[in-house]
Amino acid sequence: MTLDLANHLALTLGQKAPIAAIYVGICCGLLGCFVVVRRVALVGDAISHAVFPGVVAGFIWSPERNPWVIFLCALVVGLFGVIVVRAIVSSTRLKSDAALGIVLASFFAFGVFWNSTQQLAGVKGFLFGDLTTIADADLWMMTAATAVVTILIFLFLRPFRVLSFDEGFAIGLGYPVKLLNALFFGLLAFAVVVAMQAVGVILVSAMLITPAATAYLLTDRIQKMMGLSVLIGIFAAVGGWWISGLDNRFQTGPVITLLGSMVFALTYFFAPRHGVLAKFLRHAGRKSRVHRENTLKSIYRVLESDGFKVAGVGVERLAEVRKLSLEEVLKDGKDLVSNDEATWEEGKTAIYLTSSGWRRAAEIVRNHRLWELYLTDQADYAADHVHDDAEKIEHVLGADTVRKLERDLDFPEFDPHGKPIPSLEATLTMEKTTGKQEDTGY
Amino acid sequence: MIALETHDLTVTYHKRPVLYGVDVEVEQGSLVGIIGPNGAGKSTLIKSIMGVVPTAGGWTKVFDKPIKENLHRVGYVPQRESVDWDFPVTVMDVALMGTYGKLGLFRRAGKKEKLIASEALDKVGMLPYAKRQIGNLSGGQQQRVFLARALAQDSDLYFMDEPFTGVDAATESAIITLLKEMREKGKTVLVVHHDLQTARDYFDHLLLLNMRLVAFGKTEDMYTTELLQKTYGGRLTILDEVAGQSANLPEASHKK
Repeated sequence: MTLDLANHLALTLGQKAPIAAIYVGICCGLLGCFVVVRRVALVGDAISHAVFPGVVAGFIWSPERNPWVIFLCALVVGLFGVIVVRAIVSSTRLKSDAALGIVLASFFAFGVFWNSTQQLAGVKGFLFGDLTTIADADLWMMTAATAVVTILIFLFLRPFRVLSFDEGFAIGLGYPVKLLNALFFGLLAFAVVVAMQAVGVILVSAMLITPAATAYLLTDRIQKMMGLSVLIGIFAAVGGWWISGLDNRFQTGPVITLLGSMVFALTYFFAPRHGVLAKFLRHAGRKSRVHRENTLKSIYRVLESDGFKVAGVGVERLAEVRKLSLEEVLKDGKDLVSNDEATWEEGKTAIYLTSSGWRRAAEIVRNHRLWELYLTDQADYAADHVHDDAEKIEHVLGADTVRKLERDLDFPEFDPHGKPIPSLEATLTMEKTTGKQEDTGY
Repeated sequence: MIALETHDLTVTYHKRPVLYGVDVEVEQGSLVGIIGPNGAGKSTLIKSIMGVVPTAGGWTKVFDKPIKENLHRVGYVPQRESVDWDFPVTVMDVALMGTYGKLGLFRRAGKKEKLIASEALDKVGMLPYAKRQIGNLSGGQQQRVFLARALAQDSDLYFMDEPFTGVDAATESAIITLLKEMREKGKTVLVVHHDLQTARDYFDHLLLLNMRLVAFGKTEDMYTTELLQKTYGGRLTILDEVAGQSANLPEASHKK
């Protein structure tokens, strides 16, 4: 039935290649997620190179190019490669990365050497991938293999997830961990063999890793990650095939890989949460908020030292307190004004806090002094050691923590240096008085 | 009722023994601290019991049956550092993993399992974080999630590997309250712990370990100069040397 469906699709689209490309996207996209979260990307790379002598063997064994023979030979040789890696790791002091490197290179080199002595036609398509040579029998084989991979992954989704996250716990649950691992690497070899005709053995690992890695930057849920990974894989494979059809000098493998890499690059920069741009903006936003809060705090301190008699602070005075140049203070003031936290006196010689500016300033000062008191009182810090820590903490304390701190410290009035801690009520009163002072100030 | 019995449990690493012939019998309902210096084999002991690292000899019984047959009655809390916290799962997903042991390989977690996991999360104060990805948690919160997963397993015997490492004071006291509660319910808990000071208050039994079992018994009987000297008074130099030599012997001499 699956074959009928594939044929039907092939007829509809008039090509076998896009169907094959979709299969590659599904197989590699699904397995790739586990490859990425288990950090075994190099294993995928090693298997894909190690299968090459199997392809050559398949061509010799079956001159008529029976895909099942090639598939089987490649699979056997690929799994043999995994066994050799294990043997090297368990019998020497070498770790798996070195063992994988050795197997990858030696198996692949042997395949290339063997092929050069035989002068077999068509093997080259398996090196760099050639979707245009896909025959009916190949599509048959790919349909079956994709079905097997998909069904088994969904059947074993939960065991695979636990195993990938916490192997020790999986053993404790009584899961047959060795068997599951064997199944996983078996499926990995399956996916490699399905994809090698499309993208070539050298670039198969790109199809395994790139779509899954891209999806990993887009979501925090493995189910979503698998869905996205498949979609990206299909997009890269089908899109790459289409582009490579535009010019007969283009080989499908490299074009598919490049398209996938481009999607990754875009995601790397523009992913909503894990992308570098989002991270940069978040960081910059936080930095400018902290900076504004520090300005507010300085204004509060100046007003406090004057006994809150006046509402405004002269720009020159602020520059002196903050040890900044006049231009810098004017810029900081502009930030506050654009955030509705302060207003200028005409001619920009002094700055007044708005009610929201007042509230935030008092909050920051309260956070700072509460934290200092907490450190000296409950964590036995010396009073002269707490300022720097409080300078950071004051910006991150949430309302809940502040309430807890106040309760723990029994609603204190003074910080360890004897300065009054602005209470919540005081903040509100100040807001009111500010209103009046604002009236008189202007 | 004996909850855990090990006999001549021996573990080698690269053919070099790291744990020699541990014999221990733990009564049901005990809260046991496994104490010893760095490299004493504390984590190795519970890992080898769980089958996470292979044993070179000896056996383990749980409630009178080989541990393999009674694994469903055993819960395991690995070290927090042993997993990748960037892994794309939520707090709820991890707690649900606790119910997987009873579900077998293929059955899906249903309403009942989700309820069990929610209750376990609630118990450790992590229910409000259920939908968060686990990477956005503090060290103490991560440890609580691991405990919730263990609670969801509803086992009779638990092994916990350094649950107090890198957690805040509030989490530490929450964990110890939880452990004592579990003991009241007749659960048996073995905890790898490295702080000799707090061990006195936390556990009713101590297992002193330094590459071999130094002593096992009631906590108040373990704080003798002699026993602590034996546990912490440096490594056994001759044993160490011989172990090193035997590791270099030809393979045949190791096989029985």
